[in-house]
Amino acid sequence: MYDPTVARLTYRALLGRRRALILGALPLLLLVISVAVRALTGADDQTAADVLGGFALATMVPIIGVIAGTGAIGPEIDDGSVVYLLSKPLKRSTIILTKLIVAIAVTMVFSAVPTMIAGLILNGNGQQIAVAYTVAALVSSIAYSALFLLLGTVSRHAVVLGLVYALVWEALFGSLVPGARTLSVQQWSLAVAQKLAGGDLVTSDVGLTTATVLLVAVTVLATWYAGQKLRALKLAGEE
Amino acid sequence: MTTLSIDHVSRWFGNVVAVNDITMTIGPGVTGLLGPNGAGKSTLINMMGGFLAPSTGSVTLDGQPVWRNEAIYKHIGIVPEREAMYDFLTGREFVVANAELHGLGAKAAQRALATVEMEYAQDRKISTYSKGMRQRVKMASALVHDPSLLLLDEPFNGMDPRQRMQLMELLRRMGDEGRTVLFSSHILEEVEQLARHIEVVVAGRHAASGDFRRIRRLMTDRPHRYLVRSSDDRALAAALIADPSTSGIEVDVTEGALRVQAVDFGRFTALLPKVARDHGIRLLTVSPSDESLESVFSYLVAA
Repeated sequence: MYDPTVARLTYRALLGRRRALILGALPLLLLVISVAVRALTGADDQTAADVLGGFALATMVPIIGVIAGTGAIGPEIDDGSVVYLLSKPLKRSTIILTKLIVAIAVTMVFSAVPTMIAGLILNGNGQQIAVAYTVAALVSSIAYSALFLLLGTVSRHAVVLGLVYALVWEALFGSLVPGARTLSVQQWSLAVAQKLAGGDLVTSDVGLTTATVLLVAVTVLATWYAGQKLRALKLAGEE
Repeated sequence: MTTLSIDHVSRWFGNVVAVNDITMTIGPGVTGLLGPNGAGKSTLINMMGGFLAPSTGSVTLDGQPVWRNEAIYKHIGIVPEREAMYDFLTGREFVVANAELHGLGAKAAQRALATVEMEYAQDRKISTYSKGMRQRVKMASALVHDPSLLLLDEPFNGMDPRQRMQLMELLRRMGDEGRTVLFSSHILEEVEQLARHIEVVVAGRHAASGDFRRIRRLMTDRPHRYLVRSSDDRALAAALIADPSTSGIEVDVTEGALRVQAVDFGRFTALLPKVARDHGIRLLTVSPSDESLESVFSYLVAA
């Protein structure tokens, strides 16, 4: 179910060149903001929750998820180099699962780790804020990776669609339309964070059970469907 | 022995029919798939390689379906036309990765790199390779598991003459070893130099199949048309029409030239300069007016 060669190729494609710069830029920005906020306002639980919830979980994690998830397969499909994977006696589901694992790992490293560090800088993990948001980042990394990997297999405009989902749907509609918040990876992961953080600093519109079921369902379905799409992927079409 | 069977295969994209009811059998040795650009060669090769489902019909390799059958790739090596190939890797890393994906090791990769004579540049990034080097590394990646069927889509595109010779030699050797090698090309001379057996596809249809000499004869024996300008068109016309190699001449007044139809290509090309010299006529222009590949192919389809 996991192929080390596919993983190596995916890592090297993801962490090479420009993409690594973009992946590194947002965590760096988060850390700079955290240091500045801490220096200006001192340690404050509410501020820490605002920064981690408003920037780390709402913006940074989904964008990194888009870059890692779509980048794990989209460019190979676009330029046709995926043919070197597809022309091997290798199960399509193995290719997808391996790429998913790589995308999850990259998203976790570039989003959960900086979230933890930022939380420690902001209030030294007071009220378990840092841990709660780190767990939320880890959980949402899995679902975002699966969703955006699927987008990478179905559309040539995966990055744009992914960003539209992450920024327009989750951030904009989520704040305007209450119903939209229920269908949001961010809210599901907040439900998990809510259990861990002290006080009322972290809240979610979704109950923990619903959130867990939806997280698992979205991850499994997206991965399964991506495998199906890859099985029927047509490389021809130039003529 | 590996035989690839294409049985009543059609493929359409929306309203466009790219491949129209083609049946052919490709056996051991080198086979050339010839046709003008846009004839459906790539679509056909993609179906042979299991990357595209036929809309109707079937493609099988020794009786096994090719579409949605990953295990078949143990026997198939594919050299795609597209350039993209993990440019951030070195040639060696790329071929080793391909070997590993077949469950093989660095040894198999090294052997394949040696076969295509790319060991000297194996540690350079693919992004620094020339077109010919890329082609050879692609070839190594296709040979790494010693496949019995090799499919190559326009392998000579963009290669210089020396690289072309090397690749032809390699493919010839593969064919002599008993492998089934199929390559596509839109250039007659390429196919002629390499393949004993050719399959011609024109506008999605199977136009001809068989020994290249027979098909080549069909192509050269067709009437050839030339546009000729000279210092004395009428005198030249009179001298040419006296020979049976010329079947018709028209004096094109607006162009200020002769339109000559020759039925015996070899004889006419020898006759024209001789006649001109004998009559003291200077030839100013001699240009074939229907030498485009499309016209050659359409003649072939009609034949």
